[in-house]
Amino acid sequence: MRAAEGIIKCLQEEGVEVVFGYPGGAVLPIYESLRQSGIRHVLTRHEQAAGHSASGYARATGKTGVCIVTSGPGATNLITAIANSYMDSTPIVAITGQVRSGLIGKDVFQEADIIGSTASFTKHSYLIKDAEEIPRIIKEAFHIASTGRPGPVLIDIPVDIQSKEIAFKYPEEINIRGYKPNINGHKLQIKKAVEAIKNSKKPLICLGGGVISAKAEREADELIEKGGIPVVHTLMGKGSIKDKSPYYLGLIGSHGNYHCNRALANADVLILIGTRVGDRAIRDQSLFSHGATIIHIDIDPAEIGKNLSSMIPVVGDAKNILDQMAKDMESLDTQAWIREINSWKRERNNDSKHSIGVEPKAVLDILSRKVDMNAVLTADVGQNQIWAAHNFIIDGERKFFTSGGLGTMGYAIPSAIGAKIGMPDRQIIAVMGDGSFQMSFSELGTLIQENLKILFLMFNNRRLGMVRELQTNAHWDTFGIELSHNPDFIKIFEAYGLQGTRVESNDEFKNALDKALTSDKSFIIECIIDPNLSTL
Amino acid sequence: MSKISGLFARRGYNIDSLTVGETEDPHISRMTIVVKDDESIVEQINKQLNKLIDVIKIIELSEQRSVFRELALIKISLNQSNRSVITETVNIFRGNIIDVDNKSIIVEVTGSNDKITAFIELVKPYGIKEMVRTGLTALERGNSK
Ligand SMILES: Cc1ncc(C[n+]2csc(CCOP(=O)(O)OP(=O)(O)O)c2C)c(N)n1
Ligand SMILES: [Mg+2]
Repeated sequence: MRAAEGIIKCLQEEGVEVVFGYPGGAVLPIYESLRQSGIRHVLTRHEQAAGHSASGYARATGKTGVCIVTSGPGATNLITAIANSYMDSTPIVAITGQVRSGLIGKDVFQEADIIGSTASFTKHSYLIKDAEEIPRIIKEAFHIASTGRPGPVLIDIPVDIQSKEIAFKYPEEINIRGYKPNINGHKLQIKKAVEAIKNSKKPLICLGGGVISAKAEREADELIEKGGIPVVHTLMGKGSIKDKSPYYLGLIGSHGNYHCNRALANADVLILIGTRVGDRAIRDQSLFSHGATIIHIDIDPAEIGKNLSSMIPVVGDAKNILDQMAKDMESLDTQAWIREINSWKRERNNDSKHSIGVEPKAVLDILSRKVDMNAVLTADVGQNQIWAAHNFIIDGERKFFTSGGLGTMGYAIPSAIGAKIGMPDRQIIAVMGDGSFQMSFSELGTLIQENLKILFLMFNNRRLGMVRELQTNAHWDTFGIELSHNPDFIKIFEAYGLQGTRVESNDEFKNALDKALTSDKSFIIECIIDPNLSTL
Repeated sequence: MSKISGLFARRGYNIDSLTVGETEDPHISRMTIVVKDDESIVEQINKQLNKLIDVIKIIELSEQRSVFRELALIKISLNQSNRSVITETVNIFRGNIIDVDNKSIIVEVTGSNDKITAFIELVKPYGIKEMVRTGLTALERGNSK
């Protein structure tokens, strides 16, 4: 069998139904085999988008997303998406073509050392030197990407290797000596954690993205309900808990709610679950100098104690750890503590101080009331992201995806495309700014080619609003942030054969939303907003 | 190898020395890394290294339960007057003379880091022309494995 055919066969063995890709000379043998397979190929308009779409697909389906790109510029264009998926622990397998084995290192046409370039933000990577190794390597790659703490795995395959003849046999077992993620939490540690919570007066749970990767939402909720423990979440943790839970407080972090951050600083037992307590989530670690007991549950032992020293570490899969903890939990008297936290609540100041245009908070409130209970919202980066994170209401089976760790502008559109392909029956909403839209609107081409319906919600402040806000907060003059030559965005949609409406008031938004939701095609609502609005 | 040194560089950990070589199993190589840092940083280094898929096992070697060796090759300027005293010093340190010409002599010394440093200090006055040190390599004693 030709190695290229073997590669595709491996993908089929792994249950891959769709790959996002962008071809070129160094992946032609793979493409020829892909053409003959039943696997759906989604041609994106940029390699970065192929990576982001694979990430959106992975987050929507819980499966590993796959993208295939060519050597050199194809591979380097993919780098941001790989880094993004590393920072947000999203399982993707990226296959890059490479120049002929004998030419590696000679700076030949379209050669780039992609393994070296991505070494610090891939979970693992392989350069295939022997075609016979293909089945083992691909099997390992999927295993590594999807187990333990998920992440990107890169496979670099020289083009001559793709054309070799191999004896194909898909391995049944995996044995990687240096990779044995610890799944089951240590019984004694779990017991200690439960005891500490039971003895606390002011417990607080903080949910991170790891709860979602571990599909542990239900178990987390059981623990929360049973103990009556108030709960906050990080940006990546949005979607792990429903807003209507009586114990739900809100978002922590540099752009989080004041009362949530204050709750963090006042808890006597803090239970961190699937969060690396990044600098954006907990900026000021001296908050914890008051001696709270910190319980840290994570699949990645290296996260425990990296940013915050933990007194009761529990390494393992959140799903089964929380399940065990919930079983032993008893109802705690937290009413006074919850009242205390709620008394710190402040109106999220600037959200509504607008003078012209629509009000972002109102738009997201209306949207939250109108969209399906299982809608998926992808948010880009910037002020638009913060508004969406605060105001899109999580209920039912709703999901929220954003680029948290890397903060990659241009993520919303391609990740929405990936999510829609993974979950064709769900409503998908992509929220973005005028700046981030322009980083990846070329993907409108992919959208139409794949016949997908996505609702676009753009907040147009004619500027890089978040950067303006940072400059203002630092008492600097604004500089380099004006997008004064924005195009007519509605016309761009029309040029692609799509429609959209520009709205300048909340009422106009309501009408536009009705129209958008009943439209049978993708639709953009461009919200003109006050350029001086702030998120903090 | 590049993954490991890259990890140290990227996360800002300082390495004192790093050596690598084959082991009893040809599929496995063994590195000895020397770091001087706080316990918490050493623990982080340990955990981050463990995350690398190619890393099979990490052993923290304690000074009491392990043997450490380093090797140095030192080229020293030679003249009629210093020849015998250099030879004598080499003998005291149980080093070997591995090359001589009429202007210089190459000496090999192995031992602990301190021993080698002491030797270097002694021969420095005669003029060290060139020098390489391998960095530390080590094994746990007896049947601790
Ligand atoms: C790829 C990339 N480049 C630069 C930045 C820095 N950055 C963060 S937010 C932001 C502004 C985003 O502007 P826009 O998409 O219009 O959103 P707004 O903040 O106005 O809602 C920029 C430039 C980034 N996060 N990502
Ligand atoms: Mg903007």
